[in-house]
Amino acid sequence: MIWVDTILQGILLGGLYALFAAGLSLVFGIMRLVNLAHGDLIVMGAYLILLLTTLLGVPPMIAVLCAAPVMFALGWLMQKYLLNRTLGEDILPSLLVTFGLSVVLQNALLEGFSADSQRLPPGAWSTASVSLGGINLGVMPLMTFASAVLVIFALNQLFYRTAIGRAFRATSDDPTTARLMGIKPNTIFALATGIAMLIVTIAAFYLGSRANFDPSIGPARLIYAFEAVIIGGLGSLWGTLAGGVIIGVAQTMGAAIDPEWQILAGHIAFLVVLLIKPRGLFPRALD
Amino acid sequence: MALLSTHSLTAYYGDFQALFGVDIALEESETIAIIGANGAGKSTLMRAITGLLTSDASGIQYDGQPIGDIPAEDIMKLGIAMVPEGRKLFPSLSVEENLQIGYYGRKPQPGDYWQIDAIYDLFPALKDLRRRPGTALSGGQQQMVAIGRALMSNPRVLLCDEISLGLAPVIIRDIYKALPRIQESGASTIIVEQDIGQAMKVADRVYCMMEGRVTLSGTPEELSREAIHNAYFGETE
Repeated sequence: MIWVDTILQGILLGGLYALFAAGLSLVFGIMRLVNLAHGDLIVMGAYLILLLTTLLGVPPMIAVLCAAPVMFALGWLMQKYLLNRTLGEDILPSLLVTFGLSVVLQNALLEGFSADSQRLPPGAWSTASVSLGGINLGVMPLMTFASAVLVIFALNQLFYRTAIGRAFRATSDDPTTARLMGIKPNTIFALATGIAMLIVTIAAFYLGSRANFDPSIGPARLIYAFEAVIIGGLGSLWGTLAGGVIIGVAQTMGAAIDPEWQILAGHIAFLVVLLIKPRGLFPRALD
Repeated sequence: MALLSTHSLTAYYGDFQALFGVDIALEESETIAIIGANGAGKSTLMRAITGLLTSDASGIQYDGQPIGDIPAEDIMKLGIAMVPEGRKLFPSLSVEENLQIGYYGRKPQPGDYWQIDAIYDLFPALKDLRRRPGTALSGGQQQMVAIGRALMSNPRVLLCDEISLGLAPVIIRDIYKALPRIQESGASTIIVEQDIGQAMKVADRVYCMMEGRVTLSGTPEELSREAIHNAYFGETE
């Protein structure tokens, strides 16, 4: 029974990693851009939610709704005026620029909020739990996982059911030919990063509600997100959820054996998947 | 006045000059063909007209307006659509989605001639394949999708770049059978062809290009085989 519990907790934790990863997966899928500042953007989102919570005196859940449009706009502007200039055949410029952005963000957060660790004020729900056949599951992990499923479901609907989704896929296939259809690739990219930042905001809410955060923890979130994306297969959104779950389960199982093993077990699971399926579990296309 | 015309049009790929003062004109509801050997500049001319390659504003006139410096995504909205060389279907999109993406920048109006059903009527083979990925089709079927995709924006000018390239003669005949209906829909058409016979059969007028210049033009009746040969390969002593 203890193992069932451990695995269930791991699956739910996987939801958090999937949320970290979904934005990264979306951006990479559409414009082949690896955003090394993704983890720091999540941390920035958490500080923004904290700031709004304090300034407006509202619960974090309301603050998320106020933060979301701000983050969308930031993503749009960042893509339009900064990252679009780095796109091209060579992926090195975008790696360098987002790496630089990561350093800038960490230091700006350090300057603005100090190195003290912070936490979003918890509500009653954040410590509540429900009992399912003898296993107690936290409401917070359940909500995290449900949010991840919902986000990925919504992204899939957007991708495969709407005109904008067709434009996303067409631009990802061939930006030059997409222009002949009246699609502006740069606008599509800005929109994609805007949407990714909406997901970042949701991820930031759970990051800040579940545990403490400080300006330096971004890169580690990036690693988990990366591993989830790679395990799932580049460009596959459901694969990203599966990847998050695999890391989550590996971590909780590792922690159940010995708490020192928690982080390492996640990384080992990642390497094992890469050994067996180098292209990930559900690679989208042969590219 | 011509619907679409170029005036001493030059075009460059970086430092390399690909067009050296090209003048062509397309009248309303006319079909013209552009022929020439590989590297003559035919596709470059198409890329310049569609805005994929920008040039001087006044180099290209459309409907009385200079459009040479307008980017591709806006040219398409003005009513110029292209079937690109090599078809360039989107692999992530199904056949039907490939057709639907064709009107992304120019939303369909109620009275439009080309709706999705009209495309299936023009190319009945596509109807049963509409859920398949665009690139899972045969070359001829892919070409039909590429033509349908361009038509979905109900263009006033349709550019067809090498639509017979790499296809069997019987398939080429099927595809060219669609041309009269495209003309009937009111679209003026520029056809880029390497197959001189095919071009002479369907075009009202023919331009022959060599090394980035127009070397010969006229109606198919006016042009002698020898004149075309010379314009194609250069003057033989």
